[in-house]
Amino acid sequence: MFYREAGQFKTTYAADMAMFPVLQDRIGIIAVLLVAFVILPLVGNDFLLNAVMIPFLVFTLAAIGLNLLTGYTGQLSLGTGGFMGVGAYACYKLTTIFTDVNILLCVIASGFFSAAVGALFGLPSLRIKGFYLAVATLAAQFFLQWCFIRIPWLYNYNTSGAIEVPLRTLFGVPITGPTATPATRYLVVLTMVVAMTWFASNLVRGRIGRMWMAVRDMDIAAELIGIRLLQTKLSAFAVSAFYCGVAGALMVFLWYGGAEAEVFDVNQSFFVLFMVIIGGLGSLTGAYFGAALIYILPIVLRTVPAMLGVSLRAATIEHLTFMVVGALIIGFLVAEPMGLARLWQIGRQKLRVWPFPY
Amino acid sequence: MRAPSGSDVTADSVLLSLENVSLSFGGIKALSDVSFDIRKREIRAIIGPNGAGKTSMLNVINGFYQPQQGRITFKGKKRAKMRPHEAARGGIARTFQNVALFRGMTALDNIMAGRTLKMHRGFVWQLLRVGPAVWEEVRHRHRVEEIIDFLEIPQIRKVPVGRLPYGLQKRVELGRALAMEPDLLLLDEPMAGMNLEEKEDMSRFIIDVNETFGTTIALIEHDMGVVMDLSDRVVVLEYGRKIAEGTPEVVRNDRRVIDAYLGVAH
Amino acid sequence: MLIWAWRIEDFELDLIYKIFLDPFVQMASAPDLLVQTLWEGLVGGVLYALIALGFVLIFKASGVFNFAQGIMVVFAALTLVGLHERGVPAFLALAITVGVMFVLAFAVERLVLRPLVNQPDIILFMATFGLTYFLIGLGELVFGGDPKIMITSDLYLPKGAIDFKILGGFVSLQKIDIAAAIIASLMVATLAIFFQKTRIGRALRAVADSHQAALSVGISLEQIWVIVWFAAGVVALAAGIMWGARSDVSFALQIIALKALPVLILGGLTSIPGAIVGGIVIGVGEKLGEFYWGPLLGSGIESWLAYVIALVFLLFRPQGMFGERIIERI
Repeated sequence: MFYREAGQFKTTYAADMAMFPVLQDRIGIIAVLLVAFVILPLVGNDFLLNAVMIPFLVFTLAAIGLNLLTGYTGQLSLGTGGFMGVGAYACYKLTTIFTDVNILLCVIASGFFSAAVGALFGLPSLRIKGFYLAVATLAAQFFLQWCFIRIPWLYNYNTSGAIEVPLRTLFGVPITGPTATPATRYLVVLTMVVAMTWFASNLVRGRIGRMWMAVRDMDIAAELIGIRLLQTKLSAFAVSAFYCGVAGALMVFLWYGGAEAEVFDVNQSFFVLFMVIIGGLGSLTGAYFGAALIYILPIVLRTVPAMLGVSLRAATIEHLTFMVVGALIIGFLVAEPMGLARLWQIGRQKLRVWPFPY
Repeated sequence: MRAPSGSDVTADSVLLSLENVSLSFGGIKALSDVSFDIRKREIRAIIGPNGAGKTSMLNVINGFYQPQQGRITFKGKKRAKMRPHEAARGGIARTFQNVALFRGMTALDNIMAGRTLKMHRGFVWQLLRVGPAVWEEVRHRHRVEEIIDFLEIPQIRKVPVGRLPYGLQKRVELGRALAMEPDLLLLDEPMAGMNLEEKEDMSRFIIDVNETFGTTIALIEHDMGVVMDLSDRVVVLEYGRKIAEGTPEVVRNDRRVIDAYLGVAH
Repeated sequence: MLIWAWRIEDFELDLIYKIFLDPFVQMASAPDLLVQTLWEGLVGGVLYALIALGFVLIFKASGVFNFAQGIMVVFAALTLVGLHERGVPAFLALAITVGVMFVLAFAVERLVLRPLVNQPDIILFMATFGLTYFLIGLGELVFGGDPKIMITSDLYLPKGAIDFKILGGFVSLQKIDIAAAIIASLMVATLAIFFQKTRIGRALRAVADSHQAALSVGISLEQIWVIVWFAAGVVALAAGIMWGARSDVSFALQIIALKALPVLILGGLTSIPGAIVGGIVIGVGEKLGEFYWGPLLGSGIESWLAYVIALVFLLFRPQGMFGERIIERI
């Protein structure tokens, strides 16, 4: 009764192609943005912002990046961790070499480095497809991780092999380093992620998104309508790696405050891949859902035994979390292979006809 | 019955010509020394029993297969090798026997995908999606909607094509090919699996496309009634060789064609 | 100008020497070391091949790429050692572990494969990811995460080494490695015969080609899948025992199992002999590369060399060494 599109006529094609064509959706998004930008920083405690929201946003960004490549273009990639690392280390080098340049510019520039690396490792995609391509991206992943350890120049010859984030400010307010408050960091990350989601949405609704999806669905037919396969696949790799690189830089600079090469290992790649699958391949909202489920759920699971009054060792909770996540992945795939985004769509369908059943 | 296309055939009215084209895969010869031409604005039917090489013929024209021998001249230019996306850029569009649509996308998006070659706004504009990028998208949307109206499928434009019945899928595929505004349209068994009503609709579309837009059409078809009614000229293949060609009446009465394919009425 | 050009030449020559000549000079000057390295590579390769074999079995028969194969190796080994730690005699523990792998196969078929029977391959692939996580959690919960020692002596597996004096030096072959090579070869031979000659083997191949077609000729998919996952489980157990005998049993093994992927690339996903050949190529290539070219680049290139070898290979033959050519018909 509330979620009805009746009476909302689009009189222009532009209106039909908008990001949120339905009025109720627009209201909903504005409400969400209001909560995110205004209410959360005011009422959220440090734990909520630091350990929940910032990582959730960072992983969402990485999940969007991987989704563009795997969900929209159909190129399975297990190199996400490596690309995130390229972004992080590039940002570190840039900001320690150009100490006066605004950190956000360094973050964005590091995305370009990551994009270049991504395009390079995407070259095999012209000859190799599907599962075999995944193994090729594993080569990228392991090679990049090896580089992060074996090229001391990347971490400024620090004896521990780790990078430490220096203090950087934006408009005079510290946003990286130990003095930056969670609220500031959260707002910066939120702004970047929202902006980049908007860009991604624009891309996928337009010519480039259609080209990517055409390559995913049937690349032979895509060639037929004039699409150049290599350029299209490389553009997907590059844009995807850009997003992952920025996510990696944000992760290190605005969340962890430092990093070691282990952070960007193959487990990270799998982690983000799970988010994309659970959230829904080929869906940007799915990236949000997937990140929420895969990242936040374990946190919730860890607090459940305490809430129920059952005391378990931390390690046990960890193991149980693994089991539950694994079972959930299987469960979701059985129930809805197209992920949470599809469940959300179905939910909205039901909402349209509510209170009637059909 | 189509009116004969006239006897004043001049060299520059030929759109595509194949000379002595041979194609083999390993030991199998799909096409042997086939030569024929397609004139501008005509509807050329390619018929023959299964395995005659008809689809291979289209694949050669399209650039999917490179013939080992022979020459192809398109729009006056000889081509040695051509990739499918080059053929598309040159103005050749194609549909398939087993519908080759993008199943993850809606009918509208599939046809919009056909406009890809004509959309030029660069990456940064796509990223921002303001002004020129949106105008370009709207402009092409207009054209696509015209095609959708022409093919009488407005009610399914937002449906993912995987869910459409076969006949409608074929129409969407035709729409995608039309969206490319091709000079030469290759149709591989456009009527396959259709009932009488759907065949009449499809025939009407094909004739309309040919007459309204002047598109040259080459089609593979098994339904002889359709071939007789639609085509200006016919080529008959058997085992990779051309055994007859000419207007439908000529071909229908050709001895070799009757023996190989049509059979005798009992 | 001239001096500048001369200096560049010098540097390049040096590099060329280091990459293309020196390693071979080293190989020739100490042939016993070369044989030792080749042997190490061979053994490593055989073990990779054992893991890859599990993948091939399941893929051949169910079309599923079982990402959980690596964790199955760890899980099988852990179960064996864990049971023994709790006082179960070695061979009884072995039998029980085999039983556990059967139960696992049954559970996987019932809870994962059956509900997902008609889904595209990528979905099944992802489901095995979920299975991996689940088994990691379960294994850590039941057996604990510390590395354990494989019960080699209780299983009557040989210890110690045989030393050869050859080629002017000497080569040391671990007896356990020899045993591993023999056992692996036996398993491969058995499986190859099984697939080619028996009725069930044929049914397995039919199922790999097309589920629906196999169903329509009366093959019971459920039975086939249980059999195949069980066989893969047994292979995983063998791999776990062999790996565990050479280094400890720990969850790190799961990542090493990823190395089976380049093996599968080379050998093709559906070829049992291919898994062996691929394994040996990767194992030997990796060891040679690490030993002779490693010092040039810095240590640890073993972590990615196998994948790069596979990648280069794929560029020339996208379907792998023994795989079937993918012909796309339109």
